[in-house]
Amino acid sequence: MLGRLSWAAIPLDQPLPLYAMGVVVLGILAVLALVTVKGWWPYLWREWLTSVDHKRIGVMYFLLGLVMLLRGYSDAIMMRSQQAIAVGDAPGYLPPDHYDQIFSAHGTIMIFFVAMPFVIGLMNFAVPLQLGVRDVAFPVLNSVSFWLTASGALLINMSLVIGSFARTGWMGYPALSELAFSPDEGVDYYLWSLQISGIGTLLTGVNFVTTILKLRAPGMTYFRMPVFCWTALTANLLIVAAFPILTATFVMLLLDRYLGFHFFTNDAGGNQMMYVNLFWAWGHPEVYILILPAFGIYSEVVATFSGKGLFSYRSMVLATLGICILSFTVWLHHFFTMGAGADVNAFFGIMSSIIAVPTGVKVFNWLFTMFRGRIVFKTPMLFSVGFIVTFVIGGLTGVLLAVPPVDFVLHNSVFLVAHFHNVIIGGVVFGALAGYNYWFPKAFGFTLDEWWGKASFWCWLVGFYLAFMPLYVLGLHGMTRRLQHIPDPSWQPLLLVAEVGAVVIFAGILCQIAQLYVSIRTREQRRDLTGDPWNGRTLEWSTSSPPPAYNFGVLPRVETIDAFWHMKRTGRAPIEPVYENIEMPRNSPTGFITAFFAVVTGFALIWHIWWMVILGLLAAAVTVLVFGWSDDREREISANEIARMERARLGLGRPA
Amino acid sequence: MTIATTDAVPTAVPTELARGRGGGGPAPKRIVVAYGFWIFILSDIVMFSGLFAAYAVLSGNTAGGPTGRELFDLHNVFIETMCLLFSSYTCGLGALSAERRHSGRFLIFAALTFVLGAAFLLIEGTEFAGMVAKGAGPSRSGFLSSFFTLVGTHGVHVTGGLIWLVYLVTQVIAKGLRPAVLRRLLCWSLFWHALDIVWVGVFTLVYLMGDFR
Repeated sequence: MLGRLSWAAIPLDQPLPLYAMGVVVLGILAVLALVTVKGWWPYLWREWLTSVDHKRIGVMYFLLGLVMLLRGYSDAIMMRSQQAIAVGDAPGYLPPDHYDQIFSAHGTIMIFFVAMPFVIGLMNFAVPLQLGVRDVAFPVLNSVSFWLTASGALLINMSLVIGSFARTGWMGYPALSELAFSPDEGVDYYLWSLQISGIGTLLTGVNFVTTILKLRAPGMTYFRMPVFCWTALTANLLIVAAFPILTATFVMLLLDRYLGFHFFTNDAGGNQMMYVNLFWAWGHPEVYILILPAFGIYSEVVATFSGKGLFSYRSMVLATLGICILSFTVWLHHFFTMGAGADVNAFFGIMSSIIAVPTGVKVFNWLFTMFRGRIVFKTPMLFSVGFIVTFVIGGLTGVLLAVPPVDFVLHNSVFLVAHFHNVIIGGVVFGALAGYNYWFPKAFGFTLDEWWGKASFWCWLVGFYLAFMPLYVLGLHGMTRRLQHIPDPSWQPLLLVAEVGAVVIFAGILCQIAQLYVSIRTREQRRDLTGDPWNGRTLEWSTSSPPPAYNFGVLPRVETIDAFWHMKRTGRAPIEPVYENIEMPRNSPTGFITAFFAVVTGFALIWHIWWMVILGLLAAAVTVLVFGWSDDREREISANEIARMERARLGLGRPA
Repeated sequence: MTIATTDAVPTAVPTELARGRGGGGPAPKRIVVAYGFWIFILSDIVMFSGLFAAYAVLSGNTAGGPTGRELFDLHNVFIETMCLLFSSYTCGLGALSAERRHSGRFLIFAALTFVLGAAFLLIEGTEFAGMVAKGAGPSRSGFLSSFFTLVGTHGVHVTGGLIWLVYLVTQVIAKGLRPAVLRRLLCWSLFWHALDIVWVGVFTLVYLMGDFR
């Protein structure tokens, strides 16, 4: 009846997971109880869960990322603590089986459910506003994408309570991830949660490529688009080109595990290295899916807070496109030790070094933008400057690792761990936090507290260096990654420094929470009444904060890059515009319901509950068919209504 | 900076300018929908290319089991291919009829397309069943795993396409050929033609090259 699910799946005999799961379950129950007691359900359902507004969806993505950051961070501090104390004769507090699950979950969650929701959330919020349009191309699909991502996150966290997670690392390499060596549900949790969220991400890619290429304000030619839109375009092109490879690869591994196929098995003609190749053919572009939008955010922030246009806009765009293409030509550097031979390794080594060139162009563009600018050191700008310094170090160690002989020495060491945390924290996370501080007033109508914001920046920056610079040294000393026990006591001092760094990063996260709390409490004093708190340059600052559901009363007419800056400079007289009827998408529960059944189906597949699989799939299909039948997907707001709302928003009186 | 300049564009967009392509403002819905669906099809083709790559890597790994040459019956595959190619032709005729609002003619071509697609699936299903009965199922070898996955994924797409077709025909009967239904038909026909293109790859790489290997 319930497949392989039984009471044994709940780890009643292990105190540590039981404690963790108790905290999580109680937390969720407390939130649900609060929402119920306060009677917030109708509001939540109407305004958020069924919303197809790109701004709301963007906020929900970012919130998902923040919550998952706490989960991913818990994994990180547990690993750091284990490595700091399990030295010599001491066994530490985490048994190997549990430790392996933790490092697998940490990587999977941080990449797929923290970094991805951060960048997709910011793209969702900012791109349509920057393009000067009213929504994305397919608003309901956008909601489906978000809820499928949330489903994946829910499913992966279910493994905390019911059963166990994969012990295979975040890449899930066979043969270890094959049924013969990982017979329980752990790898299935990994595969199904990533398949479900992967479909959501793919649909996001389709949606945003279409939006950016086909929906722009009149006059916004390609070379008048803000740089963030360019980077979002390239990131979404990469999603469309790379995520299907991951889907196909996971389908193969699932067929191996569920139906006894032989794609990656040791026997019967399987080929394990094919998994590694396919995985990184997705995985390397994925790195750029994360970092390119972050580059876009820095470009917006640096230009805005230097009070200057971006230095050499065209070279920035070309560098972005160059990285987009080159990102597909370097995947083999993740496994130089496969033994593909000197020629192949040399090719991929050279390509990996070449990709540093357009990245270097970008760094100089940011520096020259700041040169002789009137720099205002608000929190987003601090994160940007911190990024430039940190990312250059991460980039240099990356070029080092791109040299195959060096890679043979450093492969699988904590030097590599330090390198990719250097570029992902110093690049993607700093970018997400810069974007969060930058666009928060646009989203909610009040600015975030600067003191706590700066405190959180300094904690993140100092914490990062303390946590990861020691790992570079330890890697050079020969410490391999994923060690549950440290054999060499001379490594312990540096591991203790890294532990301190992780704690300082936690202080940074706490400062962010404090920043949010303080800002909400004092929001009346920090209202953004102009809609343009930073003296911005791009169109999102031309509408009010928060923008109305339809974003712009009339679509702006674009004549240059930095369209809003140009408008402010030319200082047009505020003639009352002629409003027209606006067609807006109606809310739809399709995304939420589909995702609910996706969770049911995924859970049933993981536990081999076949009747539930069929029911879940049928119900999801019916949901899609019901939506596909509907014709009444838009509502029209009349010109009079728009005029009334715009006058109220702009503080104008009644029309004469 | 005053609030009043925030909507600095004083006039509404002339509708004749608001037409896609570069600077003219947002594209009309029909273009946006078809364009988006094209992008989706591209992503689907990338997924197929992953399966093609796996087949290319594993096609020689027969693990002592049967090879493609021993298993494939080109006569059957030729008939199968013709069914799918002709279904694409009837699909095209159906699309033209729909554009001209000839719903009767559209329904005839839709029915023909369905029959040809179903015949394709029947032949494929018979081929698969025969192979499994001979002990050449997907778990026999890496070669057969990749064969069944590549060809089977295409078959699953065709099945989905047929279900979608029935669903759309129901919509045409219930609502007539109104713009929203026409947009959906446009997406469906793009999908159906794309499956044809993928099949040309399957026919060439799997069957022809497999038989002459």
